[in-house]
Amino acid sequence: MSALDAAGVTLAATEGEVEGINLFIPAAYDIIWSAVVLAVIALMFKMILPKFTAILDERTAKIEGGLHKAEAAQAEADAVLAEYKAQLTEARTEAARIREEARTEAGQIVAEARTKASEESARILETAQRQIEAERQQAATSLKNDVGTLATQLASKIVGESLEDAARQSRVVDRFLDELEASSMTTAPKGK
Amino acid sequence: MTLFAATGEDGGFHPPSIAEFFPSAIFFEGTAFEFNRIMLVRVVAAAVLIALFVLAARKAKLVPGRGQNIAEMGLDFVRVSIAEEILGHNARRYVPLLTTLFFAILAFNITGIIPFLNIAGTSLIGLPILMALWVYVVYLASGIQKFGLFGYLKTNLFPPGVPWFLYVLITPIEILQVFVFRPVTLALRLTANMIAGHLLLVLCFGATHFFFFEATGALKAMGVVSLAAGFGFTLFEILVAVLQAYVFTLLAAVYISMAVEEEH
Repeated sequence: MSALDAAGVTLAATEGEVEGINLFIPAAYDIIWSAVVLAVIALMFKMILPKFTAILDERTAKIEGGLHKAEAAQAEADAVLAEYKAQLTEARTEAARIREEARTEAGQIVAEARTKASEESARILETAQRQIEAERQQAATSLKNDVGTLATQLASKIVGESLEDAARQSRVVDRFLDELEASSMTTAPKGK
Repeated sequence: MTLFAATGEDGGFHPPSIAEFFPSAIFFEGTAFEFNRIMLVRVVAAAVLIALFVLAARKAKLVPGRGQNIAEMGLDFVRVSIAEEILGHNARRYVPLLTTLFFAILAFNITGIIPFLNIAGTSLIGLPILMALWVYVVYLASGIQKFGLFGYLKTNLFPPGVPWFLYVLITPIEILQVFVFRPVTLALRLTANMIAGHLLLVLCFGATHFFFFEATGALKAMGVVSLAAGFGFTLFEILVAVLQAYVFTLLAAVYISMAVEEEH
């Protein structure tokens, strides 16, 4: 640097003062070399700017593509979610329906079973009652006969008189029993 | 920065002079192709600028590396903050022009503070004039291409919405604006800034050299002050270098926009 500077200063010293206006009047060599460097720089930018522009455009496209892809994926995910939710709702409805049906059916079954059981029990009760009634009548008849025989034997023993006349005997016994029945009927509600 | 080292022989402090902008020739002395120190600085600046961008472009990928990121940031600044901001949808055509202007001016300005180069390539008026002329031709051509010669002159010299009698006042001003002031101020602003910056730095560092090596006693201490000032102005020159590149490019965009837009 010092060599160049020294040269510059020597020039200034030898040539003396340069007119100030020269600063603003270009020399021919100044213009020519300016044109050369400026042209080279302009050419350089003319050549590299399209490359940068292309890269910029490509980047924009890539980013946009990525955004589109993400959007599509999001939409797909939304659709799947909606479908899943719909299926879930459907399944829930189905389950509720089945449960309701089962409940109704169970109710029916219980009601049916109850009806059947009560019918069965009524039938059994009736049979039993009828049987009891039959047995009671049988017992009553048997008792009536036994009582008649016993009473007759007892009476004949007591009276000492043989009541051989069957008709009379029977009449006496019947009368006795009727009285007995009548008296037991009138006293039964009180006695019981 | 030791521009005045050579003058030490005869002693004393030599203030910076405009002779520094006319160094002696290296090649082709006396011809139209005379190549001197400032031309060399320009070539170096251009070479570095081109090397940086070509390197960034060559390795350019979809996913940018560090260098490509920086290059893209710079290019985006011009494209978005200047071209698209000012020119809107017309911007695309002018992006190469504005990009070239911005980075060329920045590269040629910044050489003013780079050690061993130490002078701005734009401090010699030829380059700013050439760039201003380029802008001038482009905005005139764009305007005429869009509106035709008469249409362009009519919209620019007789702005609509102004009472007709004011044209007496406005039209001469507009003629001077469009055809003289705009290109001239573009070139002058840039060169004057760079010349002033260079002279300031030379003054500071020349004084520092004088104070440290030639002055005696308490005056030596003054060297610290002038050195600090030189440091401060170096930082300031970085700002000016960027700012002037921005201003030149921004105004170029504004002038083009004024030429091609329907309304002002």
